[in-house]
Order: sequence, then structure tokens, then C-alpha cells
Amino acid sequence: MDRRRFVTISAASLSGALLAACNANPEKASKLLALAEHGNESIERGLFRHTAMDSVPSAAALAGKDFPKYFISDRVPVWDPAVRGVWRLEVSGAVRTPLSLTLEQLAALPRVAQKVDHFCVEGWNARAEWTGVRVSELARLAGATADAHYVDFAGFDNDYHESWDMESAMHPQTLVAYGMDGRMLGPGHGAPARVHSPIKLGYKNTKYLTRMVFMPSRNGGYWSDQGYEWYGGT
Amino acid sequence: MADLVRRNHWVVRVTHWVNVVAIIVMAGSGMRIFNAHPAFARPGERFPLNPWEGHAIPKWLTFGAWLGGARHWHFAMMWILVLNGLAYLVFLFLHGEWRDVVPRKGDARDAIEMLRFYLFLRRDHPIQGKHNALQKSAYFAMPVLGVIIVLSGLAIWKPVTLGFITVLFVNYKWARVVHFVAMVLLIVLALIHVFMVFAVDPYALRSIITGWYNRANSPEARNARPFYHLVAPRRSSAESETDA
Ligand code: HEM
Ligand code: HEM
Repeated sequence: MDRRRFVTISAASLSGALLAACNANPEKASKLLALAEHGNESIERGLFRHTAMDSVPSAAALAGKDFPKYFISDRVPVWDPAVRGVWRLEVSGAVRTPLSLTLEQLAALPRVAQKVDHFCVEGWNARAEWTGVRVSELARLAGATADAHYVDFAGFDNDYHESWDMESAMHPQTLVAYGMDGRMLGPGHGAPARVHSPIKLGYKNTKYLTRMVFMPSRNGGYWSDQGYEWYGGT
Repeated sequence: MADLVRRNHWVVRVTHWVNVVAIIVMAGSGMRIFNAHPAFARPGERFPLNPWEGHAIPKWLTFGAWLGGARHWHFAMMWILVLNGLAYLVFLFLHGEWRDVVPRKGDARDAIEMLRFYLFLRRDHPIQGKHNALQKSAYFAMPVLGVIIVLSGLAIWKPVTLGFITVLFVNYKWARVVHFVAMVLLIVLALIHVFMVFAVDPYALRSIITGWYNRANSPEARNARPFYHLVAPRRSSAESETDA
């Protein structure tokens, strides 16, 4: 009898707590959700392997001109050298030798071409062939130090940026891409160069890239600061 | 004649109700995630298998308010769903109660007999164990669907890191389709289940809350079809109360 009672009461209070978390107390609920996000991030980072790669069958169709374009500015951000000077990618922060690379210098570095998925947080995925330089190659050239636990990728699409954990940035499929489907990157897709990796959701892949800053701690990001998962890994 | 038995162990009762909450939150937040892009086709492709491609699910059926919020709920509640589901399955296995839900030879025939009974093609309620054969197949299909949902969910949550799970469903796109279709099937089964509880055996509600069940009121004893002989003959229920 006592146990029956105990069980009924605990079952009721458990479901009650769950329901309370949904309606009555949004603040408590969001604390619980933040806790779960934190736990999930630890698990995701624990599972993460550089050997786990995205693969797209070589015969698979590419999205081509249907590959969605997006940016946060009112109009397509275009780098105008007459106004802003020559475009350069600055690599700085926790590095021994900061870099400042023109597009030609970037294109002269070891080149990777990969046909991979792009996973959007909305649920769709699209395929394209990206050409560029591995972020790990840039980290090696700049001599990222032991303090470099995170990388912030910032661009000239207003103040768009997203910071990443170092392991994901060093994944062999994480590129600074300047080519798409065998052509130079178009203005709708982040020209002159952008981050592209199948291992993070689309919003983590900063377009219109200008700065890569290695950092001892993370500094959020455009969508992460609005409540989307900071980790955003696939 | 009173015939009170302990029907559902506390583990079954607790996991049942936690599961109900978890499934509602998972389905609601999942549908909110779906609405961010309510289509299965990749950009530039078509997906004729879904006649409602591009049409969002009504907002009042969804949970989590916005895409990011729904994702937080989905990825938090999934742990409760999985741990609770495992507790239920481990209990069924250790306690031998899997026999009440795993189909065995003769269940197909018994299910046809149940259908015939419900369709008035047969006069007497078929003899059954804890559950009738139709119930049994539904209670077996639910955890099977649950396993498919969890696996396809992992496949679309981590399509690169857990890519070896994603390939079980061909690729990310098809894993999404499987995840969604399995959700729809599970919800349909659950709705039929709730309908049948109220239309055939409301006395079972007691058994899934306190654990006790009066066999004298069972559908078999009442010869009950949906909405038929719903109320047990007065004498037996009065007696059962005094005996308890
Ligand atoms: C371990 C368990 C689960 C995991 C890891 C999981 C994971 C996911 C993920 C990652 C998505 C997003 C896919 C996208 O962006 O389109 C999703 C969507 C969804 N989930 Fe789950 N899920 C789980 C359980 C469930 C359950 C139990 C239900 C419902 C009963 C459910 C229903 C849905 C629905 C309807 C969608 C939207 C489908 C879509 O847009 O692709 N999920 N789930
Ligand atoms: C997502 C929704 C639900 C699922 C997946 C589900 C699943 C199940 C399963 C698998 C069982 C069998 C347990 C066993 O014998 O081991 C069961 C029993 C039962 N469920 Fe549900 N259920 C759901 C919702 C509900 C709701 C909303 C109600 C009531 C309003 C309900 C009432 C019952 C009752 C009364 C039983 C006991 C039946 C008996 O012992 O013969 N269920 N449910």
C-alpha cells in the first residue's frame, strides 16, 4: 500500500515537473534547456572525430543554381575594391605569425576540391563542389599556439560572425572556399571567400569572410547569440 | 464477481506516463522544426512522394514557438524519451512481460478473430491473455517505431559524426523521411490506442494509474465492442468494491 502510494505520488510529480517546465515557468524551463544544450555539446564534442567525414556519391547531382543564397545585409554584400581596397583574409589572434592574404595568395596555397553536403538548420541539405584551402593549413601557416581553443570567423556581411571549437575548425573538410562547382565563388554565396564545412550547420559557415581570429575562449556568433545552438555540429 | 488483480507494475505505469509527455513534446517540437522548411526535396529537386510538399503543419499542433526553441526542446526531451524507453524495455525483458506484447504464432489468426468480433461477424469476444491480439500488435509496433525514430533521429542529428547510422537510411534526406513517417505512424497508433481505451476498456485506466484491474469488468467479461457493453453490469462492479 505504501509503495503504491509512493509510486503514484512520484509518477504524478514527475509528470507535473515536466509539464511545469513547459508552461508555468518558462525561466526554469530555459535553464533546463540550457543545461541539456551544454550536456549535448559535451557529448557531441566527445563523439567528434576527424576521421568521420561527409561523403557524397561522385555521381550525385549538385544543387547548382538552386543552391540557396543568403546574407543578413539588405543587399547582396559585394566587396568593392574602389571603396575598401584590396580584399584580404586576416589570420590573427593566438598565432605566432599573423597572415594577411590576398585572393591570389590564398589560391596559391595547397588546394582542396570536395563534393560535400551543406546541412541547413531548417532541415534541407544541398550538394556542391567546393574549392579552397583547409582551415587547418592556414592554422599551420600562421602557427596557431596552444592557447588557440576557438576560432572566430567574421565577414563583411554587416557584423556577421560565428566562433567555432578548434577541433571542428581543424577537420580536414573545413575549408576557406573561394570556388564553387568549378567556378569562382559568386556574390550570392559569399565571394570572394567563405567558410564551408559539412561538419557544421549552414549558419556556422561564415560567408564574405575577412577575418579568422584564433582565441582562448569562444565569442558566440550572429545566430548563436539569438538562441540557436552555439555548437551547431552535424 | 470481483476479480481484482495487479495488472501493471509501477515501472510500466511510470514509464507509460513519462512517455506520453515525452512523445507529445517530441512530436510537437519536431513538427515545429519541420515547419522551418516543410519539404523533403533538396533545393532544385522534387519529391513527388509527399503530396503536401511545401505545406506547413498547422501551428497549433506544434511546440517550441520558434525553430531554435523547438530544437532545444527536441534535443533535451530526447534524453528523457530514450532513458524512459530503455527502462520500460529492460523491465519488460527482466520481468518476462515481453510475452504480453511480442507477437507469436497464432496472433495473426487471433487478430482476424478480434476484427470479426468488432465487425459483428462473430458473437463472442475471443479468449485473450492480458491484451487482445490487436492491442498486442499495437503495443509491439509502438516500441519498434520508437527504435526507428530514435535511430533515424540520430541519423539526422549527426549525419557526419554518426554517418554510419545515417547510411542505414541511405542518406540524410531519406533518414528525414523515415523519421517523419515513423512519427506520423506512432501518433496515429497512439490516437487509436486512446480512442480504444475510452471506447472499449475505460476500466483499464485504473490499471495504468494505480495498477489494479477488475477482471470482472474486462472487455472479455463484458463482451465489449467499441461503445458496446461499455458499462459493466452493476452487480459485479459493486461487489468488486466491497471485496477490495
Ligand atoms: C533520440 C531521439 C530523437 C532524435 C535524436 C531526433 C532528432 C531530430 C533532428 C536532428 C531533427 C531535425 C531534422 C531537420 O532539421 O529537419 C528532428 C526532426 C523531427 N523530429 Fe526528431 N528526434 C528524435 C525523436 C523524435 C520523436 C520521438 C519524434 C516524434 C514522435 C520526433 C519527431 C520529429 C519530427 C516530426 C521532425 C521534423 C522532421 C524534419 O523536418 O525533418 N523526433 N529530429
Ligand atoms: C504517446 C502516447 C501513448 C503511447 C505510445 C502509449 C503506449 C502504451 C503501451 C505500449 C501500453 C502497454 C503497456 C504494457 O502492457 O506493457 C499502454 C497501455 C495503456 N495505455 Fe497507453 N500510450 C499512450 C497514451 C495513452 C493515453 C493518453 C492514455 C489514456 C488516456 C493511455 C491509456 C493506456 C491504458 C489505460 C493502458 C493499459 C491497457 C491495459 O493494461 O490493457 N495511453 N499504452
